Amino acid sequence: MSFEQPDVALNEPSADEIKTTTCYMCACRCGIRVHLKDGVVRYIDGNRDHPVNKGVLCGKGSAGIMQHYSPARLKAPMKRVGPRGSGEFEEISWDEALSLATDWLGTVRADDPKKLAFFTGRDQSQALTGWFAQQFGTPNFAAHGGFCSVNMAAAGLYTFGGAFWEFGEPDWERTKYFMLFGVAEDHASNPLKMALGKLKERGVKVVAINPVRTGYQAIADEWVGIRPGTDALFVGGLIHELLRTEQVDLDYLVRYTNAHWLVIDDPGAADHGLFARDADGNPLCHDKTSGGLKPAGDADITPALVGTFDVDGRKARPSFMHLAERYLSPDMAPEKVAEQCDVPADTIKRIAGELAEAAFKGEIALDIPWTDTHGRHHDKMVGRPVSMHAMRGISAHANGFHTCRAIHLLQILLGTIDCPGGFRYKPPFPKPPPPPLKPFGKPGTIKPNTPMGGPPLGFTAGPEDLLVDAEGTPQRIDKAYSWDAPIAAHGLMHMVITNAANQDPYPVDVLFMFMANMSWNSSMNIPAVLQHLTTKDPATGDYKIPKIIYSDAYGSEMIPYADLILPDTTYLERWDCISLLDRPISEPDGPADSIRQPVVEPDRDVRPFQTVLLDLGARLGLPGFVDEDGAPKYPGGYADYIVNHERAPGIGPLAGFRGEDGATYGKGAPNPDQLKAYIDNGCFHHHALDESHRFYKHANAGYLEWAKSVGFVGSTNPIVFQLYLEPMQKFRLAGEGHGEIQPPESHRKRITANFDPLPFWPGHADGGAPGGDAASEYDLHAITQRPMAMYHSWGSQNAWLRQIHAENRLYVHRKTAADRGISDDDWVWISSPIGRVKCQVRLMDGVNPNTVWTWNAIGKRRGAWGLDHDAPEFKRGFLLNHLITELLPAREGGYRFSNSDPVTGQAAWYDLKVKIEKADADAEGQTAPRFEAAIVPGMVKEPAE
Amino acid sequence: MTALPATTEKKLGLVIDLDTCVGCQACATSCKEWNTAGYSEPLTDEEPMGADPHGSWLNRIHGYEVKSAEDNTSRTVHFPRSCLHCEEPACVTVCPTGASYKRVEDGIVLVNPETCIGCKLCSWACPYGAREYDYSSGVMKKCTLCVDRIYNETFAPEDRVPACVKACPTGARHFGDIGDPSSDVSQLVAERGGFDLLGAFGYKPVNKYLPPRPKAHDNGAAAAEAAHAETISSTPPEARLEKFFAWADKVLSR
Repeated sequence: MSFEQPDVALNEPSADEIKTTTCYMCACRCGIRVHLKDGVVRYIDGNRDHPVNKGVLCGKGSAGIMQHYSPARLKAPMKRVGPRGSGEFEEISWDEALSLATDWLGTVRADDPKKLAFFTGRDQSQALTGWFAQQFGTPNFAAHGGFCSVNMAAAGLYTFGGAFWEFGEPDWERTKYFMLFGVAEDHASNPLKMALGKLKERGVKVVAINPVRTGYQAIADEWVGIRPGTDALFVGGLIHELLRTEQVDLDYLVRYTNAHWLVIDDPGAADHGLFARDADGNPLCHDKTSGGLKPAGDADITPALVGTFDVDGRKARPSFMHLAERYLSPDMAPEKVAEQCDVPADTIKRIAGELAEAAFKGEIALDIPWTDTHGRHHDKMVGRPVSMHAMRGISAHANGFHTCRAIHLLQILLGTIDCPGGFRYKPPFPKPPPPPLKPFGKPGTIKPNTPMGGPPLGFTAGPEDLLVDAEGTPQRIDKAYSWDAPIAAHGLMHMVITNAANQDPYPVDVLFMFMANMSWNSSMNIPAVLQHLTTKDPATGDYKIPKIIYSDAYGSEMIPYADLILPDTTYLERWDCISLLDRPISEPDGPADSIRQPVVEPDRDVRPFQTVLLDLGARLGLPGFVDEDGAPKYPGGYADYIVNHERAPGIGPLAGFRGEDGATYGKGAPNPDQLKAYIDNGCFHHHALDESHRFYKHANAGYLEWAKSVGFVGSTNPIVFQLYLEPMQKFRLAGEGHGEIQPPESHRKRITANFDPLPFWPGHADGGAPGGDAASEYDLHAITQRPMAMYHSWGSQNAWLRQIHAENRLYVHRKTAADRGISDDDWVWISSPIGRVKCQVRLMDGVNPNTVWTWNAIGKRRGAWGLDHDAPEFKRGFLLNHLITELLPAREGGYRFSNSDPVTGQAAWYDLKVKIEKADADAEGQTAPRFEAAIVPGMVKEPAE
Repeated sequence: MTALPATTEKKLGLVIDLDTCVGCQACATSCKEWNTAGYSEPLTDEEPMGADPHGSWLNRIHGYEVKSAEDNTSRTVHFPRSCLHCEEPACVTVCPTGASYKRVEDGIVLVNPETCIGCKLCSWACPYGAREYDYSSGVMKKCTLCVDRIYNETFAPEDRVPACVKACPTGARHFGDIGDPSSDVSQLVAERGGFDLLGAFGYKPVNKYLPPRPKAHDNGAAAAEAAHAETISSTPPEARLEKFFAWADKVLSR
C-alpha cells in the first residue's frame, strides 16, 4: 500500500519577537535569547555572539521558562501578622511596605546605623548593594561569598591579584595539561563544559581531583579520588617532586614573584619574618653581580634565590628558601602524604612528571612582540601550557585559603600564570596582591545618619586594618575582619543570624536580606537557626532579631521567618548590570560586562529588588540616592542608575558605549542611549584587548598603561606574585605579642598557628567533632555536590528540573557499606556530634572510600516552594546541613569560634565528619528529621480532609 | 500496518559522543522546551508540583557506573537516550493507522498526532524505549529531530539544528546526514569508531554513539621523569634540600 506523508509545517517562526538578555538560572551569567510568542515566553536559547556561552545553554538555563512561570512565585508585598514562623501574613501595598521599611531603617540610621545587618545572598549587583550599605552607614554588609568561595577569591587576590573563575581562566585553546580541583557543577557552568569538550577533542590530558567521580570527573582522563580536605598535601607532594627533580621555572620566579625578596631572620624581633626593606619601603634582594643589596624590583640585576645575607647586621634569606624548606621537607614527600590523602605516591610522582613535561618540554611561543614593565622588548610570548581550575571542594574547608594558595604556588613554580597555555587573567584583573582597598567600619567611625568613608568590604594587610576595638572585639555582626577572620574579604553571611540572636558582639535591630535561603539550605545547623529566628529577648519581649526584611521572588523556607516581604521579579522582568565594578563576565582577551533587560512585564504586584533599594535609599535621603533638593536621584529605577550613576568621574556601572556619543570605552560621560546600545549589541559589551596586551598582563607595560587609563589599576607598577605572603606574618607577629594591636588571649594560638606566610596543611579540621580527627567515632567525611540541573534551592520549584532531581540518596562506596553491613537501597542514620539524619543509600565505586556524599539542597521543607504536601523533596529528600555545626566546641577560655576558615571566615561546609549506621526498616520510607510545615502564604498544599 | 519507504534520500540523525557527555541535562530540557511548543502536541507534565512529578520527555540522560571486562576498573558513563530514527523501525511497521511513519526525504521517524490512536503498539515494538505515551493528549511522543527547526527558513542557517545539538555545552551532540559518507558526522563516526546501539537487533539505527576515547593515562612523561629522577633519586630525603639549593643557586637575571 502506498503511504502518503502528512504535511508538516517546517517554517513556523519560533517567535513574534526575540529579545536578548542574561540568564540567572545560576551564577554563570550566560547570554540568552528569549523567544516570545503572543506575549508569552516560548523558548530560551543561548546567544551565539555572547562571550560567556557562545550559543550553548545548560540544563538549568534551558528550563528557565518554568522558573518564570513557577507557581512558587510571590505575588505581592506582605507583612507578618502572626507569630514569626507561623506563616500568617497579610498582603499590603508597596506604599505601605516601603513606608514600613523606611520607618524601620530610618530609626536605625538615626540611632546606630550598624544595627542594620544587610546581607544580600546570591546578589549580582553588589556594586549597588554595597554602596547602599556604605551610604546608609553600616559596616554590616556582605553577599554570599563568605559561605561560598571567598577562599578562592582571597587566596588568588592575595597571591597573584587574580583568582579562579571570575578573575581568570585557563587558556583553553592552548593548554596541554589541565587539572581540575574540587569542581562539581559550581561556577563557570557552560564555559567549563565547552572547554572540557574542546580539550578532549584536542587530546589534552584532563586530571580531575575530587572525592567523587561524577560529571566532569567522569570524562576526565584521570580521576584522583582524593580524601576531602587533603588537597594541600597532594599539591604539596607535587611541589616536592618538582623541586626534587629540579623542574621549576627559576627565571620566571625572579622576574615575576617575590622569591628573591629577603626575609628577615631574627627570631623574637618584631619584624622577624617580614621582608627586609630599604628606607623607601622597597623590598630588598641580594644582587649577585654587585654582591650587595638591591631593591628587589630593579631591572638588570642577578638576584640570589639561595644564601644568607647581612641586612644592617641581621640575617636575611630569600623567601624562596623558606618555600623550598617547607615543600622539600620529608613531611611533603609523596610517600609521606600518600596515606593521608588516599592518593598513591606513584601517582603523585607521575603527575608531577607529566606537569613538568607539559610545562617545560611542551613550551610554546606565540609570535607576539610585547614590552615588559622594565621597558624591555620581547619578540615572543612564551608559554608553559599547564592550566588549573579549582572551586568549592577546595574552598569549603577550614584549610581552604592555604590549600588554594598551594595550588597557586604550583601554578607559579611552573611559570604558568598569564602565559600562553597557562592560567590567564580576565581584565579588570590583575590587581596588586592584595588589592589596595580597605574595609571601613573601625570603632568610632560609625555615626548616626552618616555614610561610611568607604566600602564595607576590602582587603586587610595587617592588624592595623582590622575592624576591632582596643579589646579586640569585632565591630561587624558577622565578626569579619576581626581576629576570628582577619581576611574575611566577603564577610560571613552564614554567621549573621546566629550572632544577631546571641547578640554577639551586639544586637541588631533590622536584618535585611535578599535572595538567600538562610532558614534552610544556606545555613548550618538549621534547627538552631530556626530557634534563633524565633527566640524572644525576655528583657524586651521582642524577638532577639527584632525586624527581618526579606526580598526574593519565590516562596522559599525563609519567607515564614520574615516580618516584611518585598517580592522581587523574575530574571526575565528586570534590568540588571553585570558590572566591572562588581563581578564581571570578562574573558582573558578582554573585559566584558552585560545587562539584563525586561523581556516580559510582571503579571503581579512585584518590583525588582534593585529598583526597590534605590527607592528606599531615596526615601531615607541617603547621600547619592537623592539630589540637592532631596528628590530621588534615579527616579527611573535601576535602569536610570545603571546609565547615570558615576562611582568616580566618568566611571559607571557599565564600561561600554560611554560618552555622549556612545563611542568611549571605560571612562566617559554617561550616555543616555547606553542601554539601547547594549540591547542592540546583544545585551553585552566586550572590549578586545590589543594583541600585545593579552598575556603577561602583570608585567606588560602596554597592558598596564591601558588598564590604568580605564581605571582598572591605580599605577603601572608590575604586579608581583606573593609566594611568601607577608600580611600573614604580620598577623602572626601580633599573635606572638608584637605591636599595638594584638589578638585577645583566646585567639592567640589560633592566629599564630594559622597565619603562616606559606601554605601549610593544618591537619583535618574537627568539624565540631569532640576529640579531634583521629580519635573520633565520626570516621567518614561527608560532603555535598551541586547537581548540574539544579541551582541551590531554586531548582525544586521548577516543574522540569524536579522531574530530574526530586529526592536524594547518600552515596557510599561499596566496600565502606559492606564493612558496615549496609546494602544498596538500605536506610541509614547519618550522625554527627550535633544530630542525626535518616536517608536511603546508593552504593557506588566512584567515591573515596572514606567519604560519603549527597546532592546539595534537594531536601525541602513542607509548605515551601509551592510543592504539594507529599512531594518527594520532603519525604525522600534530606540535607546534611542539620549535621554541620555553625559554632565549634568551646576552646580554652570558653570561646566558640565559628565553623569557618580561621583566615577568611569561609564556611567550612566540607569539614563535616559523620558515622553511618543501618536504620531499622521503615515502612514509611521517609527521611528524617521532618519539620512541621513552613507556611508560605498561598502555597500551602495540605491534603484534603 | 505501516509501510516503510524503500529508501530515503537522506539519513538525518545524531552522533552522540559518550566521551564528552557530562550528564548535564541541557539536551533534555532544551528538547522539552522547544518541543513543548513545537511540532506535534505539547509535552505535558503530570503532578508538576506533586508527589510523583513526571511527564513526556523526548530525550533522557542516564548515568551508569560500568566495569571494564578487561581489568575490572570502574568508570562513569552518561548516556543520552532518544529515538535513533532506525532504517528499519519496528515502531513504524507495527503502527495500525499510519500515524508512525518514516519520512522519505530524510528518514526522520515521526508520529502524526492527528491519526495516532494511542494504542501504544509502537512503544512496545521499540527496543530502545524511545517513545513516551502522553496520557493527557492520548498520543505517542517521540524525538522529531526538531523537524520544525532543521529546515526552518525563518532561522539563521547555523540555528537549523535540533535544539539539543544547539544547547549541548560540551559539544557532545552532532547532527547531519549519516547516509552521506562525506558528511562531517559520517567522518566523525569513521574516525572515532561510532557504533550502533544494540546493532545486533537489526533495526539499523541511524543515530550513532561515539565510544569514550581511551584515557590519556600515561603520556610518556612518567618515563621521562623517571630517567631524569634517576640521577637524583639516590638523594635521601634529608639531603634533598641541600641538593636543590645547589641547583637553584644560579645566576639569574631579571
